[in-house]
Amino acid sequence: MGFVRWFHQLASPPYVYRLAGRLAPWFAVSGVVLMAGGGYGGLVLAPPDYQQGDGFRIIYVHVPSAYLGMLAYMVMATSAAVGFIWRMKMAHGLAVSAAPLGASFTFLALVTGGIWGKPMWGTYWQWADARLMSELLLLFLFLGYMVLRASFDDREKADRVSAILAVVGVVNVPIIHYSVEWWSTLHQGPTIARLDAPAITMDMLAPLLVMIVGFTVFFAWLLCKRLQGEILDREGRARWVEQLTGGASA
Amino acid sequence: MESFLLILRRDFRLAFRRWSELATPLMFFVIVASLFPLAASPDASQLRDSGSAVLWMSALLSSLLALDGLFRADAEDGSMEQLILSPAPLGLIVLAKILAHWVVSGVPLLLLAPLIALSFYLPADALPTLIIALALATPTLSVLAAIGAALTVSARGGGAIIGLLVLPLTAPVLIFGTRATELAVTGESTLGPLYLLAALAVFALSLGPLAASAAVKVAME
Repeated sequence: MGFVRWFHQLASPPYVYRLAGRLAPWFAVSGVVLMAGGGYGGLVLAPPDYQQGDGFRIIYVHVPSAYLGMLAYMVMATSAAVGFIWRMKMAHGLAVSAAPLGASFTFLALVTGGIWGKPMWGTYWQWADARLMSELLLLFLFLGYMVLRASFDDREKADRVSAILAVVGVVNVPIIHYSVEWWSTLHQGPTIARLDAPAITMDMLAPLLVMIVGFTVFFAWLLCKRLQGEILDREGRARWVEQLTGGASA
Repeated sequence: MESFLLILRRDFRLAFRRWSELATPLMFFVIVASLFPLAASPDASQLRDSGSAVLWMSALLSSLLALDGLFRADAEDGSMEQLILSPAPLGLIVLAKILAHWVVSGVPLLLLAPLIALSFYLPADALPTLIIALALATPTLSVLAAIGAALTVSARGGGAIIGLLVLPLTAPVLIFGTRATELAVTGESTLGPLYLLAALAVFALSLGPLAASAAVKVAME
């Protein structure tokens, strides 16, 4: 019963606006602390790699970014689907807010991958690599979603049409995962997702996990702030927004 | 089922009356493939290496082009509204439209592809595999292009952004299609990629029309 009531409250813009506003500072503080701690652990405490030297340390940015690109796509597609099925404007708002964040993280993952690739592979870009390629395709999916939205003047129609695209595109996310196994490539195999015996020592792994959690919380903070902006944009004429801004909204 | 056949017959008739729309993607396919040696080099060994890539890329682009207007004419003259209101499930109607379009644009492409392949010095033994691979791949491409056409039917700028939306999703088809062709050229077993192409086709044909019909419904709201 409590859950149903809470779910209905999530359809109310002022409630979601306040909820996001209340959560944001917690996410901001814990994200900064975790990223600072993980950064110190990764850049200072972790030992240099026996083959890659200090060059491997870029994984503390690269892996969380790549992971967050995919997480953002899942957040976007899930909330777009929720918005489409239950006609929840707030869920569409969340999907819209996640898209540029996901595109930025994916772009960051590609750039850091290129920076790592130059000394390690001798090239910034390696077409033969499945994960690079699927990361690039993920970026294209984000951009396609944003372009499709921008080509509708009617926001509600943009919400519903782009939701379908997001759900169709989510088919690509499992393909990203399995492409690692489908193609044998130059890229080193996954090093974390082996629970029995990780191929990476604990003092290298621990900062990475902290960084991943830190990036995720940082993403949640950005998502809250973007969602608040999106709600204000959508509800600009509502009375509660005018009370909030003292009638200064457009 | 009756409405499925009716839509099929109607779309066939319309396609043959507007034969220029039917011929455009095919000519596009042939022209893109023929211009490639001008851009690269007419050297036989080089063309043989890149032949399957050129074939698949041109087939991909031409099937996107072919389905660009799948829903637009119907949306503009109001018949799409009637189709949505009809008691037959819209997914089935959309599937009929895709099928009709595939028969008039995809099948001729299957017949033209061996000619292009031969002109790129691909061995004749590889041609049956190429045709089977294209026959399995083009329905998937048609479904994806239909989803794109449905999403953009009421968008500003119309079909120009279809490529942006759909091309990233066609990557698996392209991978397995070229893989099957390359294996056939070197004379190895092509069953693996062909099965995967078939799996993608079944997947696309069963779920794609639902996505496309949902998009058409939203666009016509």
